[in-house]
Amino acid sequence: METLLELAIGYALVCVLAAMVLCALRLLIGPSAHDRVLALDTLWMCGMLLAIVLGVRFGTQVYFEVAILVALVGFVSTLALAKFLMRGEVIE
Amino acid sequence: MSGIEQLPGWAALPVALLLVLGATIILVGALGLLRLRTFYQRIHGPAIAVTLGAGCLLLASMVYFTVAQSRLVIHEIIIAVFILLTAPVVAMTLMRAAVYRDLRARRGDVGATEGGVYSLSEDEAGEPPKS
Repeated sequence: METLLELAIGYALVCVLAAMVLCALRLLIGPSAHDRVLALDTLWMCGMLLAIVLGVRFGTQVYFEVAILVALVGFVSTLALAKFLMRGEVIE
Repeated sequence: MSGIEQLPGWAALPVALLLVLGATIILVGALGLLRLRTFYQRIHGPAIAVTLGAGCLLLASMVYFTVAQSRLVIHEIIIAVFILLTAPVVAMTLMRAAVYRDLRARRGDVGATEGGVYSLSEDEAGEPPKS
Protein backbone atom coordinates (compact mmCIF):
# COMPACT_ATOMS: atom_id res chain seq x y z
CA MET A 1 0.00 0.00 0.00
CA GLU A 2 2.90 2.35 0.57
CA THR A 3 3.98 1.84 -3.01
CA LEU A 4 0.60 3.26 -4.06
CA LEU A 5 1.21 6.31 -1.89
CA GLU A 6 4.72 6.66 -3.27
CA LEU A 7 3.37 6.48 -6.81
CA ALA A 8 0.71 9.09 -6.00
CA ILE A 9 3.29 11.41 -4.44
CA GLY A 10 5.57 11.03 -7.46
CA TYR A 11 2.67 11.75 -9.81
CA ALA A 12 1.68 14.80 -7.78
CA LEU A 13 5.27 16.11 -7.83
CA VAL A 14 5.52 15.63 -11.60
CA CYS A 15 2.15 17.32 -12.18
CA VAL A 16 2.93 20.33 -9.99
CA LEU A 17 6.36 20.72 -11.60
CA ALA A 18 4.79 20.50 -15.08
CA ALA A 19 2.28 23.16 -14.03
CA MET A 20 5.17 25.36 -12.90
CA VAL A 21 6.86 24.85 -16.28
CA LEU A 22 3.64 25.86 -18.09
CA CYS A 23 3.35 28.97 -15.90
CA ALA A 24 6.97 29.85 -16.67
CA LEU A 25 6.24 29.49 -20.38
CA ARG A 26 3.27 31.85 -20.07
CA LEU A 27 5.50 34.19 -18.05
CA LEU A 28 8.00 34.23 -20.91
CA ILE A 29 5.65 34.50 -23.89
CA GLY A 30 2.83 36.46 -22.25
CA PRO A 31 1.74 39.15 -24.70
CA SER A 32 0.70 41.72 -22.10
CA ALA A 33 1.89 42.72 -18.65
CA HIS A 34 -1.16 41.43 -16.78
CA ASP A 35 -0.62 38.03 -18.41
CA ARG A 36 2.82 37.94 -16.88
CA VAL A 37 1.52 38.96 -13.45
CA LEU A 38 -1.14 36.25 -13.61
CA ALA A 39 1.48 33.66 -14.57
CA LEU A 40 3.71 34.81 -11.71
CA ASP A 41 0.82 34.50 -9.25
CA THR A 42 0.10 30.96 -10.45
CA LEU A 43 3.80 30.18 -10.17
CA TRP A 44 3.78 31.28 -6.52
CA MET A 45 0.71 29.14 -5.88
CA CYS A 46 2.31 26.10 -7.52
CA GLY A 47 5.48 26.61 -5.48
CA MET A 48 3.37 26.63 -2.31
CA LEU A 49 1.67 23.38 -3.38
CA LEU A 50 5.08 21.88 -4.16
CA ALA A 51 6.08 22.59 -0.56
CA ILE A 52 2.86 20.88 0.65
CA VAL A 53 3.53 17.75 -1.43
CA LEU A 54 7.17 17.65 -0.27
CA GLY A 55 5.92 17.86 3.31
CA VAL A 56 3.76 14.77 2.71
CA ARG A 57 6.70 13.04 1.04
CA PHE A 58 9.21 13.58 3.84
CA GLY A 59 6.70 13.54 6.69
CA THR A 60 7.82 16.73 8.42
CA GLN A 61 5.89 19.83 9.41
CA VAL A 62 8.68 22.20 8.37
CA TYR A 63 7.33 22.50 4.84
CA PHE A 64 4.03 23.80 6.20
CA GLU A 65 5.73 26.97 7.41
CA VAL A 66 7.48 27.30 4.05
CA ALA A 67 4.07 27.03 2.38
CA ILE A 68 2.54 29.71 4.64
CA LEU A 69 5.42 32.11 3.93
CA VAL A 70 5.25 31.48 0.17
CA ALA A 71 1.49 32.02 0.13
CA LEU A 72 1.73 35.30 2.07
CA VAL A 73 4.57 36.76 0.01
CA GLY A 74 2.95 35.66 -3.25
CA PHE A 75 -0.37 37.29 -2.37
CA VAL A 76 1.18 40.58 -1.33
CA SER A 77 3.48 40.77 -4.35
CA THR A 78 0.67 39.96 -6.77
CA LEU A 79 -1.57 42.58 -5.22
CA ALA A 80 1.20 45.20 -5.42
CA LEU A 81 1.92 44.33 -9.05
CA ALA A 82 -1.77 44.48 -9.98
CA LYS A 83 -2.11 47.84 -8.25
CA PHE A 84 0.90 49.09 -10.14
CA LEU A 85 -0.58 47.89 -13.41
CA MET A 86 -3.87 49.64 -12.72
CA ARG A 87 -2.70 53.10 -11.74
CA GLY A 88 1.03 53.21 -12.26
CA GLU A 89 1.82 53.47 -8.57
CA VAL A 90 1.41 51.12 -5.63
CA ILE A 91 0.55 53.49 -2.78
CA GLU A 92 -1.45 56.51 -3.78
CA MET B 1 9.23 11.27 13.04
CA SER B 2 7.06 9.30 10.68
CA GLY B 3 7.53 8.13 7.15
CA ILE B 4 5.11 7.00 4.51
CA GLU B 5 5.88 3.36 5.26
CA GLN B 6 4.16 3.59 8.64
CA LEU B 7 0.83 4.67 7.21
CA PRO B 8 -1.93 2.05 7.30
CA GLY B 9 -3.56 1.07 4.05
CA TRP B 10 -7.00 2.43 4.77
CA ALA B 11 -5.50 5.88 5.16
CA ALA B 12 -3.02 5.62 2.28
CA LEU B 13 -5.83 5.15 -0.23
CA PRO B 14 -7.70 8.45 0.33
CA VAL B 15 -4.43 10.34 0.65
CA ALA B 16 -3.23 8.93 -2.68
CA LEU B 17 -6.58 9.66 -4.34
CA LEU B 18 -6.63 13.23 -3.08
CA LEU B 19 -3.03 13.79 -4.17
CA VAL B 20 -3.71 12.48 -7.68
CA LEU B 21 -6.94 14.45 -8.01
CA GLY B 22 -5.44 17.71 -6.77
CA ALA B 23 -2.33 17.42 -8.93
CA THR B 24 -4.41 16.66 -12.02
CA ILE B 25 -6.66 19.68 -11.38
CA ILE B 26 -3.61 21.91 -10.96
CA LEU B 27 -2.10 20.63 -14.20
CA VAL B 28 -5.38 21.28 -16.03
CA GLY B 29 -5.50 24.82 -14.62
CA ALA B 30 -1.93 25.57 -15.71
CA LEU B 31 -2.67 24.09 -19.15
CA GLY B 32 -5.64 26.43 -19.41
CA LEU B 33 -3.38 29.33 -18.43
CA LEU B 34 -1.09 28.43 -21.31
CA ARG B 35 -3.53 27.43 -24.03
CA LEU B 36 -6.57 29.71 -23.80
CA ARG B 37 -6.71 32.64 -26.18
CA THR B 38 -7.52 35.88 -24.39
CA PHE B 39 -6.58 37.09 -20.93
CA TYR B 40 -10.17 37.07 -19.72
CA GLN B 41 -10.39 33.37 -20.52
CA ARG B 42 -6.94 32.60 -19.16
CA ILE B 43 -7.66 33.95 -15.69
CA HIS B 44 -10.24 31.22 -15.05
CA GLY B 45 -7.52 28.57 -14.88
CA PRO B 46 -5.69 29.93 -11.81
CA ALA B 47 -8.77 31.46 -10.24
CA ILE B 48 -10.89 28.30 -10.16
CA ALA B 49 -8.86 25.21 -10.99
CA VAL B 50 -5.79 25.97 -8.95
CA THR B 51 -7.90 26.92 -5.94
CA LEU B 52 -9.73 23.58 -6.12
CA GLY B 53 -6.48 21.65 -6.58
CA ALA B 54 -4.89 23.44 -3.65
CA GLY B 55 -7.90 22.46 -1.54
CA CYS B 56 -7.48 18.80 -2.52
CA LEU B 57 -3.74 18.77 -1.76
CA LEU B 58 -4.24 20.50 1.59
CA LEU B 59 -6.95 17.98 2.50
CA ALA B 60 -4.54 15.16 1.59
CA SER B 61 -1.87 16.70 3.80
CA MET B 62 -4.35 17.04 6.67
CA VAL B 63 -5.48 13.40 6.43
CA TYR B 64 -1.89 12.19 6.13
CA PHE B 65 -0.53 14.02 9.17
CA THR B 66 -3.61 13.24 11.26
CA VAL B 67 -3.19 9.50 10.70
CA ALA B 68 0.62 9.45 10.77
CA GLN B 69 0.92 11.33 14.05
CA SER B 70 -2.21 9.85 15.70
CA ARG B 71 -3.53 13.28 16.64
CA LEU B 72 -5.65 15.93 15.02
CA VAL B 73 -3.47 17.97 12.67
CA ILE B 74 -5.63 20.55 10.94
CA HIS B 75 -3.40 23.59 10.72
CA GLU B 76 -3.45 23.32 6.93
CA ILE B 77 -6.89 24.90 7.31
CA ILE B 78 -5.03 28.20 7.77
CA ILE B 79 -3.61 27.98 4.25
CA ALA B 80 -6.94 26.75 2.85
CA VAL B 81 -8.86 29.70 4.35
CA PHE B 82 -6.13 32.05 3.21
CA ILE B 83 -6.37 30.77 -0.37
CA LEU B 84 -10.17 30.88 -0.33
CA LEU B 85 -10.02 34.50 0.83
CA THR B 86 -7.23 35.76 -1.39
CA ALA B 87 -7.75 33.97 -4.71
CA PRO B 88 -10.93 35.94 -5.62
CA VAL B 89 -9.24 39.18 -4.50
CA VAL B 90 -6.24 38.51 -6.73
CA ALA B 91 -8.44 37.52 -9.68
CA MET B 92 -10.67 40.56 -9.31
CA THR B 93 -7.78 42.99 -8.96
CA LEU B 94 -5.99 41.55 -11.98
CA MET B 95 -9.16 41.65 -14.05
CA ARG B 96 -9.82 45.26 -13.10
CA ALA B 97 -6.25 46.13 -14.03
CA ALA B 98 -6.69 44.37 -17.36
CA VAL B 99 -9.98 46.17 -18.06
CA TYR B 100 -8.42 49.55 -17.22
CA ARG B 101 -5.41 48.85 -19.40
CA ASP B 102 -7.54 47.68 -22.32
CA LEU B 103 -9.79 50.72 -22.02
CA ARG B 104 -6.81 53.04 -21.80
CA ALA B 105 -5.24 51.42 -24.85
CA ARG B 106 -8.58 51.74 -26.73
CA ARG B 107 -8.62 48.08 -27.61
CA GLY B 108 -12.22 47.42 -28.51
CA ASP B 109 -11.79 43.91 -29.79
CA VAL B 110 -10.85 41.86 -26.73
CA GLY B 111 -12.53 40.35 -23.71
CA ALA B 112 -14.60 42.69 -21.58
CA THR B 113 -14.64 45.42 -24.19
CA GLU B 114 -15.91 43.04 -26.85
CA GLY B 115 -19.26 43.96 -28.33
CA GLY B 116 -19.16 47.49 -26.99
CA VAL B 117 -20.47 46.64 -23.53
CA TYR B 118 -17.89 48.78 -21.81
CA SER B 119 -17.01 50.81 -24.86
CA LEU B 120 -15.63 54.24 -24.13
CA SER B 121 -16.87 56.22 -27.09
CA GLU B 122 -15.71 59.77 -27.58
CA ASP B 123 -19.00 61.54 -26.86
CA GLU B 124 -19.78 59.57 -23.68
CA ALA B 125 -16.41 59.77 -22.00
CA GLY B 126 -16.36 62.31 -19.24
CA GLU B 127 -19.93 63.41 -19.72
CA PRO B 128 -21.82 63.80 -16.45
CA PRO B 129 -24.94 61.67 -16.08
CA LYS B 130 -28.21 63.38 -16.81
CA SER B 131 -30.47 63.70 -13.82
